[in-house]
Amino acid sequence: MNASATHDPPAGPVGTRPEAPMARRFYWAVVREIWENRWLYLVPAGVGVLIVIATAINVMHMAPRLHMPPLDPAMRHEDVESPFIFASLLLMFSTMVVAVFYSVDALYGERRDRSVLFWKSMPVSDTTTVLAKLSIPLLVLPLVTFGVTFVVQLFMLAFGLMSAGSGLWSHLGLMQLWWEEFFHMVAFHGIWWAPFWGWFLLASAWSKRAPLLTAVLPPLVIGFSEKIAFGTSHFASWLTFRFVGGMEGPPPPYPMARGMLMQKSPLQFFTDIHLWTGFVMCAVCAALAIYLRRQRGAA
Amino acid sequence: MACIEARGLCKTFGTTVALDRLDLRVEEGRIVGLIGPNGAGKSTALNAMLGLTAYEGELRVLGRDPWTERDRLMGDVCFIADVAVLPRWITVAQLLDYVAGVHPRFDRARAESFLAKTTIHRARKVRELSKGMVTQLHLSVVMAIDARLLVLDEPTLGLDILFRKQFYDSLLNDYFDRDRTIVVATHQVEEVEHVLTDVLFIDRGHIVFSRSMEQIESRFVELNARPDQAAAARAFHPMHERQALGRSVMLFEGVDRGRLAAFGDVRTPSIADLFVAVVGGRQQGGAQ
Repeated sequence: MNASATHDPPAGPVGTRPEAPMARRFYWAVVREIWENRWLYLVPAGVGVLIVIATAINVMHMAPRLHMPPLDPAMRHEDVESPFIFASLLLMFSTMVVAVFYSVDALYGERRDRSVLFWKSMPVSDTTTVLAKLSIPLLVLPLVTFGVTFVVQLFMLAFGLMSAGSGLWSHLGLMQLWWEEFFHMVAFHGIWWAPFWGWFLLASAWSKRAPLLTAVLPPLVIGFSEKIAFGTSHFASWLTFRFVGGMEGPPPPYPMARGMLMQKSPLQFFTDIHLWTGFVMCAVCAALAIYLRRQRGAA
Repeated sequence: MACIEARGLCKTFGTTVALDRLDLRVEEGRIVGLIGPNGAGKSTALNAMLGLTAYEGELRVLGRDPWTERDRLMGDVCFIADVAVLPRWITVAQLLDYVAGVHPRFDRARAESFLAKTTIHRARKVRELSKGMVTQLHLSVVMAIDARLLVLDEPTLGLDILFRKQFYDSLLNDYFDRDRTIVVATHQVEEVEHVLTDVLFIDRGHIVFSRSMEQIESRFVELNARPDQAAAARAFHPMHERQALGRSVMLFEGVDRGRLAAFGDVRTPSIADLFVAVVGGRQQGGAQ
């Protein structure tokens, strides 16, 4: 059967249409993620506000102690610095949780509410969309975490200076701390964990329901199966290495908490072969997620 | 060049055949109704044209392969899948910002002027709008895109009759011109009848009927036969016959209207009557 709705002379050939530059489409793809998931910045901002309030209360109680002459300069240094590091760890933990929940829902949520049909009606490729979604835990959230941490620590510094006087500044290597925090958040939480972010996105693209379970169950099943069948835990060790291995390095010259931030120099970090194998894993997961988004539509 | 050209288009979901060697050609500047019963393959055919589903066979839309070039094709094609696909969290202003950001053919001022005729406020989220308002919003965005092909899949599903009428009136008065092509899939035949230039019936993955409205007017006649003339009229081989208020209503193709007028009242059949005759007849044939 041949059907034809042919009744007018054919129009001219299809002309080339201008396209928005790729960077522009990518920018708007990222912007729409931030619009949709306001908790990406509201959660760290909320935690930041709580830290600032807690610090304000704490400083009022601690003020007399800070005015005391220092007995042990090393102790005093750590004593003064540890609340700053604790604040950044708390913020890092909160955004890590946010990143996990974001990633597992990123490609599943748009299918669930069928809005994927609207997004696909726009001239934005599946690749651009998936890469924009991947950039959120990989780059955007670490930068948001650092930005909030920076502002929170400025408040903490201001409270400290008000109560303890300008002597506080000399006990704090804040510029160095900010650099280490920035490096830690971007390098470890974003880049080193790239395979995790890729995997979560893949689970999100693949899952028909409960994407968090889809992301978490397979590693658990593999880990337990290996333990039961062979009595070994190579998979669990490998997973642990992928989680914390990027931070491992020579013993830090700093006190414990501070040392966790930067055990490797940027050179050591970026020349680590495991970072690059992690990137390959992330790229494979992202490629599969792009393939699945293309195949699945709103089904 | 054809706007849409399909040859031997096939698509199966497991053991279900959704498209069965479908052939189709739609020229530019037409408003084509793709009409079929539920499960006939309308949405699958449209999804294939929009690059939303993989298929076998040949398909070109505006000279492109929709499956491999969806993102580029969407620079020239707009579609409204149904009323519920706009993201519910987005505000009207964000929607306009986003489309302006990614779509080089979007005219924001035009969208704003369409929206100014409605009661939709820029700060409202889609989830706060009624179903009719969401459709108005989507249509305002789509009509502000200088696209060459607009695909509508049951666009007025779930809307009341006022919104449905307004929807198609806007489309005709504010959007359609002879350079644009509109393909609308629906099983609510009556509401699109007056806007179409061409009609395609789809059944079980095939296009079973394809005519322009002019052809339907000139070739098809419905006869409400007087009881004593029914037998004589049957000699002209009606393609379909039904009973209405005790009289035989027959549908003829290619029979002179003047000759049939001798047997009763004649008129041009509605699309719904044609649909029942063509698709209903096929389905009864299939059932037997």
